[in-house]
Amino acid sequence: MVETFYETLRRQGITRRSFVKFCSLTATSLGLGPAFAPKIAHALETKPRTPVIWLHGLECTCCSESFIRSAHPLAKDVVLSMLSLDYDDTLMAAAGHQAEAILDEITKKYKGNYILAVEGNPPLNEDGMYCIHGGRPFVEVLKETAKDCKAIISWGACASWGCVQAAKPNPTQAVPVHKVITDKPIIKVPGCPPIAEVMTGVVTYVLTFDRIPELDRQGRPKMFYGQRIHDKCYRRPHFDAGQFVEQWDDDSARKGYCLYKMGCKGPTTYNACSTVRWNGGVSFPIQSGHGCIGCSEEGFWDKGGFYERVTDIKQFGVESNADKVGGTVAAVAGVAVAAHAAVSALKRARSGSGAGKTEQGDR
Amino acid sequence: MSVEPHANGDVESAAGRSVFVYEGPVRLWHWVNALCIVTLAATGYVIASPLPTVAGEASANFLMGYIRFAHFSAAYVFAIGFLVRIYWAVVGNHHARQLFLLPVADAAWWSGLFHELRWYLFLEPTPKKYVGHNPLAHFFMFLFVTVAGVLMIFTGFALYGEGKGLGSWQDALFGWVIPFLGGSQAVHSWHHLGMWGIVCFAIIHVYAAIREDIMSRQTMISTMISGVRTFRE
Ligand code: HEM
Ligand code: HEM
Ligand code: SF4
Repeated sequence: MVETFYETLRRQGITRRSFVKFCSLTATSLGLGPAFAPKIAHALETKPRTPVIWLHGLECTCCSESFIRSAHPLAKDVVLSMLSLDYDDTLMAAAGHQAEAILDEITKKYKGNYILAVEGNPPLNEDGMYCIHGGRPFVEVLKETAKDCKAIISWGACASWGCVQAAKPNPTQAVPVHKVITDKPIIKVPGCPPIAEVMTGVVTYVLTFDRIPELDRQGRPKMFYGQRIHDKCYRRPHFDAGQFVEQWDDDSARKGYCLYKMGCKGPTTYNACSTVRWNGGVSFPIQSGHGCIGCSEEGFWDKGGFYERVTDIKQFGVESNADKVGGTVAAVAGVAVAAHAAVSALKRARSGSGAGKTEQGDR
Repeated sequence: MSVEPHANGDVESAAGRSVFVYEGPVRLWHWVNALCIVTLAATGYVIASPLPTVAGEASANFLMGYIRFAHFSAAYVFAIGFLVRIYWAVVGNHHARQLFLLPVADAAWWSGLFHELRWYLFLEPTPKKYVGHNPLAHFFMFLFVTVAGVLMIFTGFALYGEGKGLGSWQDALFGWVIPFLGGSQAVHSWHHLGMWGIVCFAIIHVYAAIREDIMSRQTMISTMISGVRTFRE
């Protein structure tokens, strides 16, 4: 008989009181009404526990680092207890062959019924030799583990989009998870790293409701990635007023004006930083005086400088942007027009009466 | 819609002869559209590279807000005008269809295009006469007004949908453009490049209209005002 979540939690020493608190906390962080707390509790008490396997590919572990710093200790304890029994080669106690045996066991015992969380991504070049997991290319382990899973959570910019290892020229041919696994529902939770509360929120949602949250066009949970940083930024009134930081350390910077001219990517970045914030709601990049770098957007390393509002276009030369390209072409057009007008006037003056006589063959 | 054999509109014409070419809605659209584009390019440019910081409380200023408001209002006029113009291409006379059809299969049209090109390179003594647009103008109008207009409307409304939010009609209709072009920042870049394309067209277009008015054998600017083309010789 498979345990329920509640039984697991109790066995891990979590009190009933903490459990109920956790349920209300979760309901709130997911943006659900108070009526949902008992529903979550009921689900956790009656549903058989869904195991989570957490694989690590080519990555820097910043997602895990973020995750274990989830602000609310309660949420962290509970969520970690939900996960820790199973496989996460960074967090679990077992190691070596013992650990790999667990992976094997879960995928067989819970066939079609476990969640696969992937941090990092598989490099495909040289048959995947750039990332070795337990003596085998990670891409093979990923495919094997994904075969019988229920759904995949792609943690961070790496698993969702490719991130720095997939930035041009991408020597190892690192690709995001959805390029390799095409037949499973994938929840992308991008960010470098994603916000801890967003991560625990997504895991809890999937585990308690036994379904994946509503996703947007690009596969991200709408509840956390439905709006841009810019839409909820507390400096937005300065943007609308036309008050910008023009230079680092100018008076506007001290007054906390909008960082748009310093290349803030808030207007093009979907994430919850401006609402949830970081480190337990303490701050987020813009609040600390630096523009958003757009770390949760696809290919953000290749989208031009972090300090430029108008993106560089590499195809047009070493460093150029739409304004330089367009401005140059417009200037050339202007000069050409002026020169052309001069020549036209000259010709006209020389031929005396302007245009020539009727040409044969006009239709 | 059938392409007419003489969609390029060349005619046998006698001096002093006048033909009615551009119907009222086409002329009205032309000037409204030109005004929109000037507004959109000016406001769009300062959206990307804003004016210097204004002094005072944020609550006392709304400069960027007004600029964006002007951009979006002009954008609606531009987009609705575009739709109305398409409607008129269907119900109007065959000159109204020119803007949306390139007769690429017509050899005479191509030879006319090269003739016009040579005329602009001072290699031909005279331009030909056309009731409608000359083939060179026609070609660039199609590229920088029809095609670029569609680009601007699609990318523009996709960006607008980001502000309106998931589930807005702008997002429902045009939201797919954002992942298609590789993210919001890339859409901004395309939208921005589109502006420069149209600006370059407008510079050359206005120059050509004035030049042809003076140097060719037919009226131009007054044609876009009254709708009537008069041949001078
Ligand atoms: C000929 C037509 C147009 C021109 C020349 C034009 C020009 C521009 C330019 C240069 C920008 C700045 C891009 C950047 O961030 O680098 C811009 C932004 C924008 N345009 Fe347009 N645009 C046109 C049509 C439209 C249309 C039809 C819409 C539809 C509503 C639209 C909506 C927007 C939006 C939403 C932005 C972003 C504003 C922001 O980030 O605050 N534009 N436009
Ligand atoms: C002072 C400014 C302008 C003047 C004097 C002007 C003049 C003209 C003239 C004379 C024509 C008729 C050409 C012909 O008979 O073959 C024309 C057509 C046209 N112009 Fe302009 N124009 C101006 C601005 C613009 C701008 C800014 C745009 C947009 C980028 C524009 C887009 C067009 C288009 C699309 C047509 C074709 C109309 C159709 O087929 O419906 N014009 N213009
Ligand atoms: S600081 Fe960035 S996100 Fe905030 S209002 Fe300015 S541009 Fe938008």
